[in-house]
Amino acid sequence: MENILEVKGLKTHFRFDEGIVRAVDGVDFRIRPQGTLGIVGESGCGKSITAMSIMRLLPRSAKIVDGQMLFRYPDSRNIEQIVDLAQVDEDGRTMLEIRGNRIAMIFQEPMTALSPVHTIGEQLVEAIRLHQDLSKREARNLGIEMLRKVGIPRAEQRIDDYSFQLSGGLRQRAMIAIALCNRPLLLIADEPTTALDVTIQAQILRLIRELQEEYAMAVMIITHNLGVIARMADEVAVMYRGRVVEFADVDSIFHAPKHPYTKALLRSIPKVDAPRTARLLSIRGTVPEPFAVVPGCPFHPRCDVAVAGLCNSGEPPALLPVRNGHAVACVLETEESRRYA
Amino acid sequence: MLNHTTGQAEAPILVEVKGLKKYFPIRSGLLRRQIAVRKAVDDVNFSIRQGEVLGLVGESGCGKTTTGLCVLRGLEPTGGSVTMHVDGNAVDLMQLNRERLRTFRRHAQMIFQDPFASLNPRMTVFDTVTEPLRAHGVTDRDTLQARALELMELVGLAPHYLRRYPHAFSGGQRQRIGIARALALNPKLIVADEPVSALDVSVQAQIINLLKDLQEQLNIAFLFISHDLGVVKHTCNRIAVMYAGKIVEEAPTDELYAAPKHPYTEALLSSVPRPDPRHRENEIILSGEVPDPAHLPGGCPFHPRCLYVEERCKHETPALTPIGPNRRVACLRAEELSLRGMST
Repeated sequence: MENILEVKGLKTHFRFDEGIVRAVDGVDFRIRPQGTLGIVGESGCGKSITAMSIMRLLPRSAKIVDGQMLFRYPDSRNIEQIVDLAQVDEDGRTMLEIRGNRIAMIFQEPMTALSPVHTIGEQLVEAIRLHQDLSKREARNLGIEMLRKVGIPRAEQRIDDYSFQLSGGLRQRAMIAIALCNRPLLLIADEPTTALDVTIQAQILRLIRELQEEYAMAVMIITHNLGVIARMADEVAVMYRGRVVEFADVDSIFHAPKHPYTKALLRSIPKVDAPRTARLLSIRGTVPEPFAVVPGCPFHPRCDVAVAGLCNSGEPPALLPVRNGHAVACVLETEESRRYA
Repeated sequence: MLNHTTGQAEAPILVEVKGLKKYFPIRSGLLRRQIAVRKAVDDVNFSIRQGEVLGLVGESGCGKTTTGLCVLRGLEPTGGSVTMHVDGNAVDLMQLNRERLRTFRRHAQMIFQDPFASLNPRMTVFDTVTEPLRAHGVTDRDTLQARALELMELVGLAPHYLRRYPHAFSGGQRQRIGIARALALNPKLIVADEPVSALDVSVQAQIINLLKDLQEQLNIAFLFISHDLGVVKHTCNRIAVMYAGKIVEEAPTDELYAAPKHPYTEALLSSVPRPDPRHRENEIILSGEVPDPAHLPGGCPFHPRCLYVEERCKHETPALTPIGPNRRVACLRAEELSLRGMST
């Protein structure tokens, strides 16, 4: 296995009194070592639950019901291991060794992700000493070094601040420092800049890119913002209603998209550099409510090119390759590519 | 007077905001003594013509929301005037007493950002959209019913939704309900504070189109407050950029994007990640953060982050000065700098 992470047919379902929510319902993607995968989709598409499934930090009501998540990493004795994260015990030794150490995560809202009753330093030292055999003093020094690395001025003083004493941008930097203090192989960033202003967003995105290079780590960036995807990702998975509907390199996603949802999403964003047109092209309707069961393709009720009898019944279309590295879950596209093959 | 960009005759002015100020006291200690002031909005001037959409953009804390609230006296401004020209009369909203302000408000309404927080969960859609009418003395059930149906049609909601409660609706539909409520009294001006920020992209486009249609159909003027430069580009005729409580640049939309005159506008445009991977790596990245309005730097408030800063920028505060027709900028070096815009 050359990829650092391979997710195959992942299904994570929530069981509520009202019924089952298929939050993640057949997700496939892979992340290359040092590569950047962007996961894009609207709220409720399952992108965050996919990340929480990888981290095995799901709420009690959620369960991984099917699929594999193969993660390749060198263990503490530097022997290469491949584990299926779907199978390991979420509180077991393997997961403790991986979570926060081999795979780290940063969240959208640093205010809620950081502890309000511990200083940044206490949180750094705890994260470091959990995985590295260092004294408190050594861990604190490493913590200061990390804060410097993420661009926090006066790091040796700021380390004793509480999260509420920092601005939004500095708080996100502090969270990145905590995530990276054990030099993870994979950083999962869930909407890392959504709560930030554009000028601060630009700073944080550049910081993530620089640290990615320095640490030679892979990044999985989850966002609803296609601009952030275009700036960061090498490869992109587009999600809709719990499924990956298109997977391709970033240039193909933006310049040769295949899935009607991807195409519609790209048309509907108000672009800063496009001429002002009279109307934006929107996608009609809304994402169906989570309990609803949509037969056939999950996007067909909103799709402009859906064909009755083909798209609105049976199983949802599988994600099939159409070209090298480009896969799409649309019967119309895969039928067509087969016809011309 | 002719419009510089379109050659059409310009509509008469609807609202004139002059010297608008909102200072918040900063108190400390046991006696809550005032130790400083936070100048959230500091001497803001602009006007909006009938049927025109003026965008107010800037980052969080720049004072754009406070400005919007002060214009409608949702917050009492510290100083300044807001004059509305309605039915041949010029009325300064700041001079109205509570009762007259309440009756006057039918000309000016507001749409809020969060469609989940801005609707009363215990009121049906019918009660929500007709509340402004009832507040202004309309009680006849048939009149209310007829107007409610009209409003639903205007915002593209099915008439049978009138009996439902907000929880049954998606974010986009709730925002349509909020828009219907704002339209109920046929206002001349709507202050829309981040009306599409909480919505997903696919739904956001629907609401932007709806606001555009309504503005054209009903000739309503908008003060459109947003942090999203893509959204304002598609909705506004003219844009004012705010930084640290002041307008730093104002220009017709296309001119602002093509040729910004303030270094902050240039950086703001440049830092928006564009949805095109072939367009990477040339963004201008500002250092530092938006200053706290309680501790503004001397001179030009933008100077600590500016790429073109000179010695005099640290001491001299630039005023918002006209440069050419319909354009104003507050930068000492505006004339000599040639800044990068967006190529389309």
